[in-house]
Amino acid sequence: MDWIFLAELAINGALTGLLYSLFAIGLVLIYKASSVPNLAQGGLTMLGAYVVLALSRDAGMPLGLAIPLAVVIMFGLGFGIERVALRRLAGRPIIMILMMTLGLDIFLRGTTLAIWGGTSRSIELGVSYEPLFMGDILISRIHLVGATVAIVLLAAFMVFFRTRIGIKLRAIADDYMASWSVGISVERGVGLSWALASVVAVAAGIIWGEIQGVDQGLSLLLLKGLTVAILGGLDSILGAVVAGIILGIVENVGADFLDPLVGGGSRELIVAAVLILTVMIRPHGLFGRHDIERV
Amino acid sequence: MFYRLSGVRHADYVSDSRIYKVPTDRNLAVFFLIIGLAAPFIIPSLYLNSYMLPWLIWTAAALGLNLVTGWAGQLHLGYAAVMAVGAYSAIHAARFGVPWEFALIIGGLASSVIGSLFAFAALRVKGLYLAITTLAMQFVMDWVLSHSPTISGGSHASLQSPTLTLLGQEITSDRAYYYVAFGWCVLVTIFMLNLKRTGLGRALVAVREKDYAAAILGVNSFYYKILAFATSSFIAGISGAILVATFFFLAAPEQFSVNVSIQVLAMVIVGGLSSIIGSYFGVALILLVPGVVNTVVASVSQWLGMQVNVETLAHIPNAVYGALIVVVLLIEPLGLGKLYGNVRDYLMVWPFDQLRK
Repeated sequence: MDWIFLAELAINGALTGLLYSLFAIGLVLIYKASSVPNLAQGGLTMLGAYVVLALSRDAGMPLGLAIPLAVVIMFGLGFGIERVALRRLAGRPIIMILMMTLGLDIFLRGTTLAIWGGTSRSIELGVSYEPLFMGDILISRIHLVGATVAIVLLAAFMVFFRTRIGIKLRAIADDYMASWSVGISVERGVGLSWALASVVAVAAGIIWGEIQGVDQGLSLLLLKGLTVAILGGLDSILGAVVAGIILGIVENVGADFLDPLVGGGSRELIVAAVLILTVMIRPHGLFGRHDIERV
Repeated sequence: MFYRLSGVRHADYVSDSRIYKVPTDRNLAVFFLIIGLAAPFIIPSLYLNSYMLPWLIWTAAALGLNLVTGWAGQLHLGYAAVMAVGAYSAIHAARFGVPWEFALIIGGLASSVIGSLFAFAALRVKGLYLAITTLAMQFVMDWVLSHSPTISGGSHASLQSPTLTLLGQEITSDRAYYYVAFGWCVLVTIFMLNLKRTGLGRALVAVREKDYAAAILGVNSFYYKILAFATSSFIAGISGAILVATFFFLAAPEQFSVNVSIQVLAMVIVGGLSSIIGSYFGVALILLVPGVVNTVVASVSQWLGMQVNVETLAHIPNAVYGALIVVVLLIEPLGLGKLYGNVRDYLMVWPFDQLRK
C-alpha cells in the first residue's frame, strides 16, 4: 500500500467529513435545544442553496450581497417553521415529531423544485477547481474552503454558547421545565435554534452546491449528516466535528478498499454500517449525554 | 341519528368482546364489503386498476406497518425493504416453478426472517434511535438489492413477474387482479380487527405503553417485539409480492426505495396510529390526493390560459404530499382515524348530548 496515497485519501476524507459536520451542526443545534431530530435539514440545505442562487443568478445580485440576504431570509424561515409546525407538536410522541419533520422535508423539497426546477446549476463561488499540491498530496480547494467554514462555525458556536443567549439555550437543552420556571422564554429559544440551524443550512448548501451542483442531490446528505450527528452524540457540536472527520476518513479509505471487492458504490454501505454500529454499541455517541430512562 | 344509540353500555362480557360493539358500525362494514365486491361492475376498469387496486394493496401493507408501529409502538423506517424481500422471494420462487400460492407464502416467510432482523435493533434501542437504525437498514437492503444481479437481475434491471395463477385459475383480467387485491386486503383487515381482542394484541399494547412495565406484568417484551416485527413483515412480504404480481408486473429496486418506506409510514401516521379505518383513509389521502391535485392544477392552468412549466407540474405532487402530512399532523396528530372517531362519537349520542348543555 502506497502511504502517500493513503495519506491523500485520509486528508481528503477528513476534509469531506468536515463538510458533513457542517451539515450535522444544524441537526445538533435543534436537537440540543428541543430534542427534536430535524429530518428536514436536507430540505433546508437544498432550499438555502436555491435561495442563494435565486438572489445571485435570477435577481442579479453580487454574491457578497446575496449570501447575507439569504441568511436573513432563512433565519426568518427557520423561526417560522418552528412557530407554525413544531410548537404545536411539543410534548407529543417522538413518532409524530419525526413524521412532521419528514413531511416538512418532502414539502420543502417539492416546493423548491416546483419553483426553481430540478436541473443542476452551479453557484460559482469563484473558488478555482485547480487542486492544491501539498508535497505529493492533492487537495481540492473547495473542500478546504468548506472545512474552514465548518471550523469557523464550530468556533463561533463555541463562543455563542458562552454568551447570555447561548447560556439560555443550554439551559433549555438541559431542562425545559426548570428553564421555564426561572423565566427563560423556552419557545423563543427553540425558535432561535431552528433559525440558527437554517443559517447553517445556507452555509452547507452553498459549499455542497459548489461541489456537486445545486439540485435534488443536496437533500441526500441527510443520511450522512445524521450518521455524523449520532456518532458525535446528538447534543454535542464538538462531537459533530470530530465525528465528521472520523466518518470522512473511514468512508474514503474504506471505500478505496471495498470498491474493487464489491464493484463500486460501497460508500453508502459504509455510512449505513457506521450508523448501525454506533446505535447498537454506543447510542449516545462519542460525546453525547447518556440519558437514563425511568419507568 | 344514524346510530340510534346513546353511548355503548355493555351488560355482559360477550357484548364487550364483539368486534363491532355498535350494530351500525357492523352494518357499515358489511355495506362497504358489498360495495367492494361489486366494485368491478360499478367502477370503470381504468379507475379500478389505477386507483382502487393500489389503494387496497397499500392499505394491506399499511395495516401491517400499523401493527408494528401503532400497536407495538416500534418505529419502523425500513418497511419498503421488507416488502422488497417478499416481492423478490415470491417472484423468484414463482419463476422457479413453485405454485403461486406457495410462492406468496415463501415470500411472506422470507420477509418475516429478514424483518425479524430489524427487531434486534428494537431490542437494543427505541424511539428516535430505532427509527434511524431501521432507516440505515433500509439503505443497506437497497444497496444489496441493486448490487446483487442474482436477486434483481442486475443494477437498473427489472425482474418480470410470471403470470399469477391462484387455485388453478390464471389471473389475467383486470377484475381478477382486483379481486386478488381485495381478498388480501379483507383478510388483513379481519386479522387486524381481531387482533385487539386477543392476548397478542393486548400484549403488544402493553409493550407499546412501557416495555419495562409490561415486563413487570409478566409480558415478555423481547418475545412480543420480535413477534410484532415478524408478523408485520409477513404481511409486508405478501403485500409486496401481490403489488408486483397484480400492479407493477415488474420488480425493480426503486419500487421499494427509502422514499417508499417514508410514504408507508406517512400513510399510517396520517391515517392514525392503531386505527384500522384510519389506515384506509391515510392510504387514500397520501396515494391519491397528490395526483388529483396535479390534474386539477394542470386543467385549471389550461383553462386560465397560463403556461405552467412541465418541471413545476412534475414536482407539485411531492409538495402536496408533504403539505398533507404537515397539515394533518397540525390539525389532529392522531390522524384521520381520530377525526372519524370524533364525528362518530358526536353522532352516536347526537340528539341527547345537547340536553346536558
